[in-house]
Amino acid sequence: MEYTPQFSVVWGNIGLFIQGILLTLQITLSAIAFGLILGILGALGRTSGNAIANGIAVAYVEFFRNTPFLIQLFFFFFGLPSIGISMSSWQAAVLALAVNFGAYSTEIVRAGIEGINKGQVEAGMALGFKQLQIFRHIVIIPALGNIYPALVSQVVIAVLFSSVVSQISAEELTFVGNYLQSRTFRSFEIYLAISLIYVGIVWFIKAIAILIQKRFFAFTQYIN
Amino acid sequence: MQEFTLSQIIINLLIATKWTIALSAIAFVGGGIVGFIVMVMRISPNPIIKSISLIYIEFFEATPLLMQLFLVFFGLSILLGLNLSAWVAAAIALTTYSSAFLADIWRGSVEAVPSGQWDASRALGLSYFKQLQKVVLPQAVRMSIPPTVGFAVQVVKGTSLASVIGFIELTRAASSISNVTFQPFLVYSLAALIYFCLCFPLSLWSKRLEKQFSYAG
Repeated sequence: MEYTPQFSVVWGNIGLFIQGILLTLQITLSAIAFGLILGILGALGRTSGNAIANGIAVAYVEFFRNTPFLIQLFFFFFGLPSIGISMSSWQAAVLALAVNFGAYSTEIVRAGIEGINKGQVEAGMALGFKQLQIFRHIVIIPALGNIYPALVSQVVIAVLFSSVVSQISAEELTFVGNYLQSRTFRSFEIYLAISLIYVGIVWFIKAIAILIQKRFFAFTQYIN
Repeated sequence: MQEFTLSQIIINLLIATKWTIALSAIAFVGGGIVGFIVMVMRISPNPIIKSISLIYIEFFEATPLLMQLFLVFFGLSILLGLNLSAWVAAAIALTTYSSAFLADIWRGSVEAVPSGQWDASRALGLSYFKQLQKVVLPQAVRMSIPPTVGFAVQVVKGTSLASVIGFIELTRAASSISNVTFQPFLVYSLAALIYFCLCFPLSLWSKRLEKQFSYAG
């Protein structure tokens, strides 16, 4: 039997697709915001010199980097309620993505902090900078500039991972695809369209990342 | 109604782990073979061959693995009128996924070989493929081993998504067992632990290789 793809199912439901895109962006951005905080805390633990803080951070990073995201998601959504911590699928999705993002960004931020030249910190002290000023101007901002490309790749991975949260019925782009597929059976057209939309989102993020790089981190080419 | 004891849960999870390992191995070996071809196309001087492999890599790197699984399992089945089993669909999707990432990793290693090596071997009268085979690849392979081992971890974790299209491996088994036993906390913790035992040694190995090679180089 010959099958003729009909993309009218995509154009006819364009509103749902746009809604899906916005939800995907929303879920990913929330997760990245929380995840980055976790990543910075983790990196502080890794570089603190305190054996306990370092141990906790290492255990956190290694555990979440060496288990599948789907299992982490199921653990948060199905596992935690059985010990009395319930959450909506949306909350579980953001939490799982954030914790996963945090584990990877811990190592990225740590590399950035360790890449800061100690002599510059000493120079800052010699110039009479306060502790907080040194941390802000000499440690964090240049470190962010150095690790920026790695962080952007991690953001892209977070967008792609967010499709998995459809499996706990959190509503986003992939969820829209599954919903339409189950009603129209036009799986090829729908999943191809959604795949291309993800490519578009990834390109969009990369384009914005380049703009931000030029605006805020242009100095990194001088300090390396 | 059958009651599951702890040891039965663990044994059933371990039986399913066999399929996680089998699927990972197929995806990694298949992905390696296809990825090698894509990598050779990617560094080809011919612009058409080069852009085909560029599009291939970009598509698989910029779409979620879950979407690729759906495209193969539901999409290809409908488009070609085939009835792909979950096992075959998962193997195809994970192979193409791995091939794109491995091609990209290996391209990076080949391009890290100084261009003087190409020039020198051309001056010695070697053909393009002889230059690649005798001079460039032996040097690139050394550099590519640590990230390749690191990517194996991504493949093992990626196989968990095959559970979504109904392939019974570790994650799928964990879901089924937790539905029967009503002990999701325990079952998913055990499943996570098994994945950790598979992935962590690979991660450590990759890190150690990276250190070894960076001292040697």
